[in-house]
Amino acid sequence: MKDPVDVLIIGAGASGAAVAWSLAETKMHILCLEQGGWMNPADYPSTARDWEAKFYGEWSSSPNVRGRPEDYPVNDDNSPIKVVNYNAVGGSTVMYTAHWPRLHPSDFKVRTLDGVADDWPVDYDALTPFFEENDRIMGTSGLSGDPLSPLTHPPMPQQPMGLSGAIIGKAMNERGWHWWPSDTTVATMDYEGRARCINLGHCTPACAQGAKSSTDITYWPQAIRAGVELRTHCRVREITTDENGMATGVVYYDKDGVEQFQPAHVVIIACNGVGTPRLLLNSKSDRFPNGLANSSGLVGKNLMFHPYAQIYGYVKEPTDSNRAPPTCLWSKQWYDTDLSRGFVRGFGVQFVRGAGPVFEAVVSEQRGILPWGEDHHRVFRKLNGHRLGFSAICEDLPEEHNRVTLDPVLKDSHGIPAPKISYTISENSQTMMDYALARGREILETAGATDICVNSPIPWGGWHLLGTARMGTDPKSSVVNEWGRTHDVKNLFIVDGSIFVTSGGVNPTSTIQALALYIADQMKQRLANLFD
Amino acid sequence: MSADNLTRTQRDDLRTIAAMIVPASEEYKVPGADDPAIQADMLATLGRDTKLVAAALDHLARLAGAPLAELDAARRDAVAQGFRTSGGVAAATLARVVLQCYYRDDRVLRALGIELRAPFPKGYVLPDGDWSLLDPVKARGGSLRQAP
Repeated sequence: MKDPVDVLIIGAGASGAAVAWSLAETKMHILCLEQGGWMNPADYPSTARDWEAKFYGEWSSSPNVRGRPEDYPVNDDNSPIKVVNYNAVGGSTVMYTAHWPRLHPSDFKVRTLDGVADDWPVDYDALTPFFEENDRIMGTSGLSGDPLSPLTHPPMPQQPMGLSGAIIGKAMNERGWHWWPSDTTVATMDYEGRARCINLGHCTPACAQGAKSSTDITYWPQAIRAGVELRTHCRVREITTDENGMATGVVYYDKDGVEQFQPAHVVIIACNGVGTPRLLLNSKSDRFPNGLANSSGLVGKNLMFHPYAQIYGYVKEPTDSNRAPPTCLWSKQWYDTDLSRGFVRGFGVQFVRGAGPVFEAVVSEQRGILPWGEDHHRVFRKLNGHRLGFSAICEDLPEEHNRVTLDPVLKDSHGIPAPKISYTISENSQTMMDYALARGREILETAGATDICVNSPIPWGGWHLLGTARMGTDPKSSVVNEWGRTHDVKNLFIVDGSIFVTSGGVNPTSTIQALALYIADQMKQRLANLFD
Repeated sequence: MSADNLTRTQRDDLRTIAAMIVPASEEYKVPGADDPAIQADMLATLGRDTKLVAAALDHLARLAGAPLAELDAARRDAVAQGFRTSGGVAAATLARVVLQCYYRDDRVLRALGIELRAPFPKGYVLPDGDWSLLDPVKARGGSLRQAP
């Protein structure tokens, strides 16, 4: 049998990396098991002429399309929004837009402020030092002073406005609406060993330049230097427990597919809002017949995605197309509740600079605005390099029927039951999306756009996997306590997006990592009585 | 599964339908998607799309009832229209394969004024822009919703 480790972390993505780095200073024996491997930037799409075609295959954001051995399948047939993720050292920070807003202070108090969902058991102020620390390590760029966003201090200046940003800014000014350069994790100058952005264009599927921050090039090198062990191509099947209801370790399959048992004194799950409930539900035992840490019955429930309402059009002037990071500006004009709009809560907006030629051709053909035949060439020249987009990230409120369960048939390459998603868009979210699309249309028309198209919800837009093991002080209505420890198993912690109580209306990775650092800090402060 | 699994008839139909999607143009000085080099690229890189493209070509053959190239122009257009509306995911995959190969052909990209290179390592230059555009936003100000 293997020697026990002090702390075993499952998952080397956004939160697993942050918690590993933070706990490393304790000098405990820390091991992380990751089902994927290390990435090789020389293989990234932007190094090849056929970079866009790769997005439809091996570099798809959908694990079901990629189908690599490192990926697990997801049955999302019962959801209008499909799960997208990436499995590797760095997790989905390898494949994300690098858009970097934080949840707002009001997001932690939605019950008090708006009478819906629940307040969080932690507040923004408690997370503030960890937001700052995380921004420094991930390396953010932006412009401090946005009047409608929490105050941030990005260590690098904002991205260039570019051609697209100028068109959007003018239109927003004409409307009298708020806009601001986005905080991003794209390095705009050389930073901590990362080279500055050279506008490779398509940040989402990994950055060959290393300008986009992902935890494989930020947290992990530091954590490993500090003594953390990272074992790749190791897929955890279940967490084991003893007669006292304490976690004893995990059963996993190593890189050769051989089943192994790794004992541990503390287990930390960092597998995202789909992978975490899947693992807990797969960890059934006589003592935990409904899955581990599931006495509340809430493991897998309250899944929140952020439905994306997207609208785009085409202007006469050239836009940045694929020659820049895809997002550059945000708006918080409609972030807070205004019941006169017909819905509660709100949405953030990220503006999109444009698209490359293959994407433009494929999507426009599917939309029916790019014809077959003689007129194809004329219309393509009108569309290509002229696209502007508006994406509203709508706050999804928790609903128990939106959930992750285990699929009775579908399994991954190791025979482990796969997750099954059941999800519907609520009436509140739909009203919010319709409202957002109407505002987006006004902005695009103000910018002079024509051929306006709606893509709502973005079908392959399930990036943000939240809420399926929620935080709370009451074990009857939550899975983990206010510092990330499961109510049922006192040496089992969860640090990923599954512990979110509500979703806010912004991309969650910054908040996920701040929360992971906060939980690690709480653990360090309680080492003497961690299991009390 | 690879393009070797496509029959001669299927390859012929693929070439014919590709030309209907993107015909050659004297005006824009570009080849059609039935160009031999572009067709060779499609077949060489079909890979994981082969099954759906084969299904699309089977559907096309059922609609046409004969090799597509042998139909008169009006009948061919009617079949293509039916294929677009009834072909589902398979037809969409075929169209995507045609377009992704067409819009990476050197002659096509050159005609569009796009450099013939991968984005990395040269990248692109982005104008910084006029940040005085933000002045009205700064002047308007605002405040975060207070949390109790």
